[in-house]
Amino acid sequence: MEPDSGAWSSYLVGTLIGLLSMATFYFSNKPLSVSTAYARLAGMVGNLFSRSHTENQKYYQDTKPKIEWGVMLVFGMLLGAFIAAVTGGEITAQWVPALWEERFGADVALRLGMAFVGGAITAYGARLAGGCTSGHGISGALQLSVSSWVALICFFVGAVATANLLYHL
Amino acid sequence: MTTSSNPSSESAPPVLIITPQGHDKSETHAAGKPDSPRQLVLGLLFGVVFGFLLQKGGVAKYEVLMGQFLLTDFTVIKIMLTAIIVGMVGVFMLHALGLVELHVKPTRYAANIAGGLLFGVGLALLGYCPGTGIAALGQGNYDAIAGILGLMAGSYFYAETSGFLVSTIQKIGNRGLIMLPDLLGMRLAVFLAVFVPLLLLGLYLVAQLAP
Repeated sequence: MEPDSGAWSSYLVGTLIGLLSMATFYFSNKPLSVSTAYARLAGMVGNLFSRSHTENQKYYQDTKPKIEWGVMLVFGMLLGAFIAAVTGGEITAQWVPALWEERFGADVALRLGMAFVGGAITAYGARLAGGCTSGHGISGALQLSVSSWVALICFFVGAVATANLLYHL
Repeated sequence: MTTSSNPSSESAPPVLIITPQGHDKSETHAAGKPDSPRQLVLGLLFGVVFGFLLQKGGVAKYEVLMGQFLLTDFTVIKIMLTAIIVGMVGVFMLHALGLVELHVKPTRYAANIAGGLLFGVGLALLGYCPGTGIAALGQGNYDAIAGILGLMAGSYFYAETSGFLVSTIQKIGNRGLIMLPDLLGMRLAVFLAVFVPLLLLGLYLVAQLAP
């Protein structure tokens, strides 16, 4: 219950993300979504190794591995977060988050290994579910997609259970 | 529920005005066609704003996301619920005015549930969402690099299995582009008139119980 979780009020940030959603619908005819960009980037890496193998995958026949709006969005996010952190004096420059270190120690390899495994499971889940916290959790939910509300509830169930196992067992 | 497009009745606008992309069918619906330079620049700009906001909101911090799942910090729910309410009212208003198209996601119950639970498990192990992970890297949480590589690896592995999944789990409970009011047999406007106040009440309760 820390009042200073972020530099700005949660309600202000939420309102601005809501307005940003309206802007992406209006100007780009696209909802905010992030996770597909990782799949496209991974497909581009796959193309470097074996283009034919990558192109044979059903998923990459529907979702082309290329730089498009969503990939540019992710590049922009990296820049935007950097600008926000620099201007707010919040650059962390750390390999292991404090909360993790309290619980699991300062071993960088352990943290990176868990982040990699967690990332892989997260992405597989996102693709299977059809979106992530942005695509389902914000964009799909605000459009009243049944799938998004189902997925959003499952996101929280899975995450609350796992986080409590990690930190309270 | 309709996800249909709006009538495109406008004549060619002056060059300096940024027009809604919704009117340009050829660009947005042609599958193989690359995004225009304009779309790419817009994507980058929207990304800068999104990443900036996520960082300012604090959700790029490992402690804040994990705090949500450990139920000690409700920043994530406050931001998401506020964004959903504002975006919901705004996008349906724009849609009623014929200014935007909807992009409702297809419902496939088995895949939504299995994928959603899996996503949650991964999220708690990683400590970042796909979106906040990028923002985390932007603010200097270098462990997000391993997370991002994992996200790419997991995505590629999904693609490897996608042919199999399409013919199995994705067929179970496949309902297409359904929306919450469809489940209740309600009209969209009526549903919104009930649901938006309920979400506001939920946000108010969260604000009271976890200030």
